[in-house]
Amino acid sequence: MGRYILKRLAQMIPIVIGVSIIVFLLLSLSPGDPAKMILGLNAKEQELQMMREQLGLNDPIPVQYFNYMKKVVVGDFGTSYSTKQSVIEMIGVRLPPTLILAFGSLFTILIVAIPLGIALAVKQNSPFDNIMRVVSLFFAAMPGFWSGILMIILFSVHLGWLPANGFDTPSAMIMPIICSSIAGWAVNSRITRASMLDVIRQDYIRTARAKGLKESIVIRKHALKNALLPTITSVGMAVGGCFGGSVIMEMLFGINGMGKMMIDALRQKDIPTIMAGVIITSVIIAVANLLTDLAYSFVDPRIRSMYARRKQRKEVAGHGAN
Amino acid sequence: MAQIDLTLAPAGKKKSKKRSLWADAWLRLRKNKSAVAGMIMLATILIVIYSSPLYLDYDNDVIKPDLTQTLQFPAEGKLLGTDELGRDVLARILWGGRISIGIGVLAMMLSSIIGCTLGAISGYYGGKTDGIIMRSLDVFMAIPSLLLMITLVSIMKPTITNLIIALAIGSVPSVSRMVRAQVLYIKGQEFVEAIRAQGASDFRIIVMHILPNAISPLISQFVMEIAGLILAISGLSFIGLGVQPPDPEWGAMLSSGREHIRDVWHVTAFPGIALVLTVVALTLVGDGLRDALDPRMKR
Repeated sequence: MGRYILKRLAQMIPIVIGVSIIVFLLLSLSPGDPAKMILGLNAKEQELQMMREQLGLNDPIPVQYFNYMKKVVVGDFGTSYSTKQSVIEMIGVRLPPTLILAFGSLFTILIVAIPLGIALAVKQNSPFDNIMRVVSLFFAAMPGFWSGILMIILFSVHLGWLPANGFDTPSAMIMPIICSSIAGWAVNSRITRASMLDVIRQDYIRTARAKGLKESIVIRKHALKNALLPTITSVGMAVGGCFGGSVIMEMLFGINGMGKMMIDALRQKDIPTIMAGVIITSVIIAVANLLTDLAYSFVDPRIRSMYARRKQRKEVAGHGAN
Repeated sequence: MAQIDLTLAPAGKKKSKKRSLWADAWLRLRKNKSAVAGMIMLATILIVIYSSPLYLDYDNDVIKPDLTQTLQFPAEGKLLGTDELGRDVLARILWGGRISIGIGVLAMMLSSIIGCTLGAISGYYGGKTDGIIMRSLDVFMAIPSLLLMITLVSIMKPTITNLIIALAIGSVPSVSRMVRAQVLYIKGQEFVEAIRAQGASDFRIIVMHILPNAISPLISQFVMEIAGLILAISGLSFIGLGVQPPDPEWGAMLSSGREHIRDVWHVTAFPGIALVLTVVALTLVGDGLRDALDPRMKR
């Protein structure tokens, strides 16, 4: 298992390097002069030249890239062109709200969608199931920013229960997290329902029932774990979506997170900030994908034993070679 | 599944005519109530929206401000009220729909062309080619697609052409993966070997034999992807990086209405409803197509 995790972490390196190359190329080739951004429109040509030299913008792009990456490897993401702050410090402030928003909504998706999906499967074709089928169709189609606006109108403007802005108090976190998870509730409760129905029809469940086990135990102890794999896959794939979606949520609710930082940086062509934002986001997503794969082995002992067996097989092969 | 087969069998005998895959799929699609509902919804939306130039004038009805009529609630004459510049919300929703749906469909076409090419080459040739293509796509997959689209649009300036390109690039990785998986499955079947034994070229095998078989289960995915792209366009417009004013677009309308939510609700509510209805219709049709075209997926 440990070796598997190390191998997966090693596989992340080329991906992250690829991401950094693509974004660096895109930014370097796009129009706009960072020196002008820093010094303002009134700067003299001589000052601009000096600034370009100082930033290394006169070097060929590959040289610029290597100089940049040399610093990134030791954790130095440079200084923001627009705010003049250290990028890593900015991210230290901006990352926590985004993490809370993204993983908070993933967590909400799990605790709403799984019980709901199980209930729908157990009560298949009941009025509740039929109504939820239509409701989830509409929920899945609702963009977070629209449900967000509707919730602001209801809960902030009319009822005055929740603040419409910010992310510093728990009550301010409720709406952004719910809005970015509504579609996930709908989609994942459908997936849980479908896979639960598949599992419930299998022979071993009939056996468990025939043994006289209570239905709640049959569902919880026997059916649930097997039914969870598709849901885990789907929720794992939603991690990227949550991070992408958090950009819009942060703009809507005025949250000072990574997404808002990225948008501001993109508007001002603040290359160090954009690069750091994209690289860190892609690392977080890669780690989240790894955690998803590890969650499989947590839920399904067959997958867990597969890792162990692979290791054994390798050891046997190793001995053979010796 | 058994039920459908039972009802189909006698009908087939009576006509004693063999139905093609598509006719068969159409029959199954028509029997699926929610798919029919989706098709009716989608057809209505498309007809109403795309006939709008017949009764709307872009300069007078869609973008001309009328500052005496700002933020009026729905009333006779202005069925859905007016926005912050006194423009008719209904007219702008109809016109904006052409932009949203048009961009969504064009972006999907572009990304399916690129995705099919990459996916087919990758799946058919395998080995190093496959490795190179898939690893490069992994890099694009590592960035959340919305963030990738935002980055591309803000670098290229938000014109409609650039929006289509950015959305297409954002969805190419997932499309290529789906196509590749299908091609891998079909490549292994005997009929492909038979054609190869007849001496057909790789190009011919891919274009004439593998892709047509690969695409039918993918069509439903493509329809759903259009829904996702329409949501993405609105999202981009919502943060000011999509369709630019004065052109109406559902997300952009939501965004400009957002500043007035303390006074009026209709400016933000109706474009959102249009968006949700369109996405629901596309989802229903996509679901129905999946059941109709891919017999393996049937429950």
